[in-house]
Amino acid sequence: MNMVNIKINNRDIKVAKGTSILNAAKEVGITIPNLCYHPDQEVKANCRVCVVEVEGARTLQASCATEVKEGMVIRTNTQKVRQSRKVVIELLLANHDMDCISCKKNNQCGLQEIAANIGVRESRFENVLVKQEIDTSSPSIERNPNKCIRCGRCIQMCNDVQGLAILDYVGRGGSVDVKPAFGMYLNSAACVACGQCSVVCPVAAITEKEDIEQVWEAINNPNKTVVVQTAPAVRVSLGEEFGLEPGKIVTGKLVASLRALGFDKIFDTDFTADLTIIEEGHELLQRLKEGGTLPLLTSCSPGWVNFIEQYYPELLPHLSSCKSPQQMFGALAKGYYAEKIGKKPKDIYSVSIMPCTAKKFEAKREEMSVDGENLDVDVVLTTRELAKMLRQAGIDFNKLPEEEYDAPFGLASGAGVIFGATGGVMEAALRTVYEVVTGKTLENLDFMAVRGLEGIKEAQVDLDGTIVKVAVAHSLSKARQVMELIKEGKADYSFIEIMCCPGGCIGGGGQPFGGTDELRIKRINAIYEADKGLPIRKSHENPAVNKLYEDFLIKPLGEKSHHLLHTTYMNRKK
Amino acid sequence: MSNKEITKNMLTARFDVINPDSIDEYISHNGYTALKKAMSKTGEEIISEVKIAGLKGRGGAGFPTGLKMEAVSQADGSPKYIICNADEGEPGNFKDRYLMEKDPHQLIEGIIICAFAANINNGYIFIRGEYINAINIMEKALEQARVNGYLGDNILDSGFNFDMEVYSGAGSYVCGEEFALLVTIEGKQGRATYKPPFPTTVGLYNKPTQINNVETFCNIPHILNMGGKEFSKIGTDSSKGTKLVCLSGNIVNPGLYEVELGVSIRDIIEKLGKGVPNKRAIKMVQLGGASGPVIPENMLDIKLDSKEMSKLNLNYGSGAIIVMDDRIDVLDILKRIIEFFHHESCGKCTPCREGLTQMLILLDRFTDGIATNDDLAILEILMETMNQSSICGLGQAAPTATQKVLEYFREEFTNKINSTDSIVV
Repeated sequence: MNMVNIKINNRDIKVAKGTSILNAAKEVGITIPNLCYHPDQEVKANCRVCVVEVEGARTLQASCATEVKEGMVIRTNTQKVRQSRKVVIELLLANHDMDCISCKKNNQCGLQEIAANIGVRESRFENVLVKQEIDTSSPSIERNPNKCIRCGRCIQMCNDVQGLAILDYVGRGGSVDVKPAFGMYLNSAACVACGQCSVVCPVAAITEKEDIEQVWEAINNPNKTVVVQTAPAVRVSLGEEFGLEPGKIVTGKLVASLRALGFDKIFDTDFTADLTIIEEGHELLQRLKEGGTLPLLTSCSPGWVNFIEQYYPELLPHLSSCKSPQQMFGALAKGYYAEKIGKKPKDIYSVSIMPCTAKKFEAKREEMSVDGENLDVDVVLTTRELAKMLRQAGIDFNKLPEEEYDAPFGLASGAGVIFGATGGVMEAALRTVYEVVTGKTLENLDFMAVRGLEGIKEAQVDLDGTIVKVAVAHSLSKARQVMELIKEGKADYSFIEIMCCPGGCIGGGGQPFGGTDELRIKRINAIYEADKGLPIRKSHENPAVNKLYEDFLIKPLGEKSHHLLHTTYMNRKK
Repeated sequence: MSNKEITKNMLTARFDVINPDSIDEYISHNGYTALKKAMSKTGEEIISEVKIAGLKGRGGAGFPTGLKMEAVSQADGSPKYIICNADEGEPGNFKDRYLMEKDPHQLIEGIIICAFAANINNGYIFIRGEYINAINIMEKALEQARVNGYLGDNILDSGFNFDMEVYSGAGSYVCGEEFALLVTIEGKQGRATYKPPFPTTVGLYNKPTQINNVETFCNIPHILNMGGKEFSKIGTDSSKGTKLVCLSGNIVNPGLYEVELGVSIRDIIEKLGKGVPNKRAIKMVQLGGASGPVIPENMLDIKLDSKEMSKLNLNYGSGAIIVMDDRIDVLDILKRIIEFFHHESCGKCTPCREGLTQMLILLDRFTDGIATNDDLAILEILMETMNQSSICGLGQAAPTATQKVLEYFREEFTNKINSTDSIVV
């Protein structure tokens, strides 16, 4: 590697050519404060917090945007630098509502943290904030322009990763805002509610729509049996909220924490993920056999379902009719479990803990109701909201014991767990479809070709002489590429898994703030580790799922399945 | 000294002599001869002539033109682009408009020579939207140049292909900043970005791009015609050639003048501009435009010479000279300047976007008579931050006039402080 010699704060170091000053400083243990910089995004250099002195330069230099050069002499903490950073933070605060106490991101805010670290307690400038309406139109995310620092991280996420461009800069100069075109509400714009903007927002300008209070009410209502399901991806990220190493698997503590909060039954969405594989696998086989519309597209990611309904409705026949695991669970909770325990659907309060903001939208779709009156999933909480509830209840997460899920929806296979990572649904499906079709035992369960962070992945399997080509895509910019291939007739795949968020659900819009690729890889590794550690790793071998078919559903794609586990879609082009 | 001794008509020699709509008249007045000369040389030879000439950019920053041409010609990447910055949004400037309206082919010839030197095949002339007349004249001139074989394929049988078109901005000031200008051509919002990398390596569509001001390009044919060495004899050691100055404000004869670099500002004001109406005293003079420094009357003997001026932390910028007599309200002038930048800021970076709003509030406190010592202290800290930490020249230069007023006319502020309260800031 090409190295250059530089001096940072009188310390001589060698760093790789092309390194930014910001990252070079990190190597010698100096954190340069920054707000708009994000390691996975293009450098924006607009917040101007990370400025440093570079010998010979006329002005201070943004360390995120300045590459080191041989012989460069850098000072990160001079009086000039300190003063400039302080003024910049004060300027931001002077156009901000300064309402930290009631802020949803109190103690999790980049601006607050830097202000505290550099010693800004109040702004010497007059507050010029012109209060704007908070956009609460979306059931998934909330946009509070009074907190926005115009850093543009959300814009890059929405534009470059998701390819949607719902958010952009509007206006110029002092009146620049970040909002949908023409100031539209989020629910009128063609937003898919993925919440990726909220993951990268350093302040509280975009957050999840908070639904915690309703859950407290239900838990405290003696007439309600409150059941909760936990998505695969939550168990590998929740620990981050409590200072644990990213990628730490906290399944047992997660279950214990929910019990401690007062939920009556703790179930696992992985169970219905297994169920999804059985149903979707058979749907695929049926389409292959009967010449149905191919490629079949997965339907478990609600941000992705929103995308195809709004942007490619002409391709809806490709979409699997299977509900997502969350909604399969909800339907079973109200349409099966309620009766099983002698209750009416309305007496069951069904909560789900999801890494996702679009799930909040999905749960509110009116067709997601088995009795036509009550929603199958009453409330969706994100990973972040669950962490908040635990903090509110004063539960010391790290001291919790490891506990087990409740029956009958607590047992899951490794195939259900890997739903949380991009490629996981495909891998789970292949494990089952292979054995169902060939009748043989699959030797190697690990389909490495569909794993990892590459945007579009391909694989093929030999089903007793029939070669089936499959593909996997994550993030909507990649989904769009795949949709275009299908439209051009160039997608010669039988089955395609699409996840809305980068990395799959582990990178979901409801996951802990500040997600980066580095973090996503750690969570993905944890997901596969969890899979490896389970005694059952194929959905069709999950005895609880098989029992459900025996006792109730009878057979995949059967009448009961059709009623409870499958759905229809609509053209929602905007 | 008469006018004749101060003015030197080189770039303006054909003004009102030829019909700008006629390429034939341009050709009959020595037009396109430099291009023919250039085409008998190699690119390196042309660039070398420009380096010998010592020409520096006329848009305000004063970067050596030969070095810029060399950087583009040596940069990796294809295609390369050449862009003429004719956005001329800086208040007080109107020289580029005249250069385009009075002698469009001089500009076109200069651009073609530079394109030939760096083997560039595509170019744009980015003209501010308000310059409707200049846009029409340039478009017509480009078409004539095409018809006459100076643009298009195989120019003058040299095997060199080059064409360009007019791109009209929508009148945003910041689009004169080269990156904001570039992204506008790409169809994006006109917002500045960080540098380096400079456009010479990563420019339009991320390709190497040469961007120069109108006046800079207009010098090129003269360098080719007289040779770099001869050109370098005009002006001073550190500032070669002539300069178009835009004289305005409280002046008897405002207008456009071409002078040899090295003349004093006082000579320009008194000999060319005939002084201030009614012989009033000069309070201050602003150089370069709204983003430029102001100087008091007793500094007017300073010469248009980059070395001499830089000693005082000054520069002549793009050549505007705005004269203000003793009737002006200095703070009112500063407020107008800051209002202008506040309106024109792209809003991308914090110091400029938020800082200009705060500067206006603080200046208001002085004019409202409620300012304190703290206000003055925080104003100065704010301006230093804007100057040091803004992402582009707009935010960096916006406080310049105010900073210079505090340097030369501090009493304008301290007289208005209405309180003795002092908290250490």
